[in-house]
Amino acid sequence: MVEWLDASLITDMLRSSLRLMIPIGYAAMGGVLCERSGVYNMGLEGMLLAGAFGGALGTFLTGSPMGGLLVGILLGMSGAIALGVLAVLFSVNQIVCGIAINLVVIGLTAFFARLIFGLDATTQTLPGFSAMAIPLLSQIPIVGPVLFNQDPLVYLMYAVCPFLYWLLYRSEFGLQIRATGENPAAADTAGVPVFRIRFMCVLLSGALAGIGGAYIVLSQVFVFTEHMSAGKGFIALAAIILGRWDPIGSVMASWFFGFCEALQLRLQFANPEVPYQFFTALPYVASILALIGVYGRFKPPAAVGIPYRRESKA
Amino acid sequence: MKARLIQVAYAGRSIWAVLTALLCASVLFVIAGADPIQAYVTLFGEAFFDYFGFGATVVKFSPILLAGLAVALPLKAGLFNVGGEGQIYMGALFCTIAALFLPFLHPAIHLPLCIAAGALGGAFWAFIAGWLKAYRGINEVIVTLLLNYVGINLVSYAAGGPLMEEGAPYPYSPEVPTALHLPYILPPTDAHAGAPAGLVLALCLALLMRYTTFGFAMTIVGNNAQAARYAGISVEHQILYAMSLGGALAGLAGAFEILGLKYRLFHMFSAGYGFDGIVVAFIASANLAFLPIAALFLAGLRAGAQLMQRAVGVDSTIVDAIQGLVVMFVAASLALRFSDSRWGRAAAQRRADEALAGSKELKHG
Repeated sequence: MVEWLDASLITDMLRSSLRLMIPIGYAAMGGVLCERSGVYNMGLEGMLLAGAFGGALGTFLTGSPMGGLLVGILLGMSGAIALGVLAVLFSVNQIVCGIAINLVVIGLTAFFARLIFGLDATTQTLPGFSAMAIPLLSQIPIVGPVLFNQDPLVYLMYAVCPFLYWLLYRSEFGLQIRATGENPAAADTAGVPVFRIRFMCVLLSGALAGIGGAYIVLSQVFVFTEHMSAGKGFIALAAIILGRWDPIGSVMASWFFGFCEALQLRLQFANPEVPYQFFTALPYVASILALIGVYGRFKPPAAVGIPYRRESKA
Repeated sequence: MKARLIQVAYAGRSIWAVLTALLCASVLFVIAGADPIQAYVTLFGEAFFDYFGFGATVVKFSPILLAGLAVALPLKAGLFNVGGEGQIYMGALFCTIAALFLPFLHPAIHLPLCIAAGALGGAFWAFIAGWLKAYRGINEVIVTLLLNYVGINLVSYAAGGPLMEEGAPYPYSPEVPTALHLPYILPPTDAHAGAPAGLVLALCLALLMRYTTFGFAMTIVGNNAQAARYAGISVEHQILYAMSLGGALAGLAGAFEILGLKYRLFHMFSAGYGFDGIVVAFIASANLAFLPIAALFLAGLRAGAQLMQRAVGVDSTIVDAIQGLVVMFVAASLALRFSDSRWGRAAAQRRADEALAGSKELKHG
């Protein structure tokens, strides 16, 4: 038990948990935005996967991880366009749309991965982002290596998260988002463009999930494999609730799930006598338990899940 | 007349969605460098008009149909059970345990017990999500999806740990006794009695939902939980029933896979049937009577794809893409609401006029 108190071990754990939370964190931030505007985003998993595929595709084609990131964002957003058009503009059930997006992305990425990367896709690794230590800051004990010796996409999250907080609570656009998510009819009456707001939030959430997905390929595994998002989008949905539909809260919740994953990897490595399946199931079990734990204490945006339609013509 | 015609076309919107998806997928075939017409002819020809191919279709029909029922039934109560995959795994696990560890019994007793154990396993897994939904208000979509991963890991552990056959090269359990194997229906293919059993179940459930108070109560909960509560229906209980019943059906799919096809519990044995079930329920728009047709179509697509891959050289993952497209177009077709359309309003107006004329006739006659 004493080895757990070792500073380098703690640093290592925190550092890897931060790395592992990134896909969940980006997806959760996107989901927060989306749900605050009143749209469930069950398609986060699919958008993550689309982002991962885009990350691999863009890097494969351009040879640069920046190209991968860009294509990842675009593919994540294309999934979001489907959700926006169907769920926001045509008021199709939001959960149905999300599930449909997940399935269509799983199918299309599996097919195109075989077609483009070939069967030996898993043997050749793609170029990706590598950790860049920030001078001075990375010298701080524990905090330095954990927070300031990471990939560019981690640093990007440090910027995106407070920005979203500002956007949601301090800007006019954010007020409109929250009004749309709580009472779209009242917002509409007050002149808020409800459909446009919701569509933009869905689009932004797709872009963020796309970054998260691209991160899996560009900073973690450097190859694309079928269904590699492996439920991270669903864990992100739990992180949204655990984070009380707040950008900072959801990132903190994501870090908790990232920690579970890091713990899982370490325990698996340190305790070969315990079947590894107990550890691989850990993040999922933790998500469910977290949902049970916060039961009834946090209230979702009032209009989430309800398609907004103006008074019918009939 | 025109309105009626459009109404009929609207009722068959899933068919249009499927056809559109197949049309879009033909572009994928062209991208992959194959002739789409030849590919489709091979695919559906092998799947439905070849004895062995049809056998392969029937093998996949059973789990896909049951997984589809597992989605469609809770959907009647307004619940999304997207945890079919995990429930299939749990059903298979319980079934295998019952088959291997119950003391020696006559097969006529032992076999139903194994099947019941499978249903119980699936029901248990879905019950967790149902209970959390009913009494804790936790979104069942998230919970069932997360439980999938837990269930798959649990079976992986069981097949590689306590249930693993000694000296097996990779994780699988000992074979279940031959007396417990389901009978073949299309020898010498692998098609087993799980398919007709699934069909009968689908029929029974369709009748149950249509003609019993139980089914009626569930439909009301799905349509308007508030109204159901005022009518004295326990919404919580209906949620538990709907989820458990759905899970039991998926569990049956797992049990039939073990008893009819695999005879052992392998780790990662299900080829994503739980997700195929979602697709099927989408296509049938949760109509229990259409479900077998949709399941047969998808089973044919899955079985034919493997043969098509050999003949035409297009990777069988194209079926996953087709599936995804089908679901997308079905979801898109939900955007068209007949009652909202110009034709729908015209038809409603005409019905109102006719009713008015009828009541006048009654008065004067």
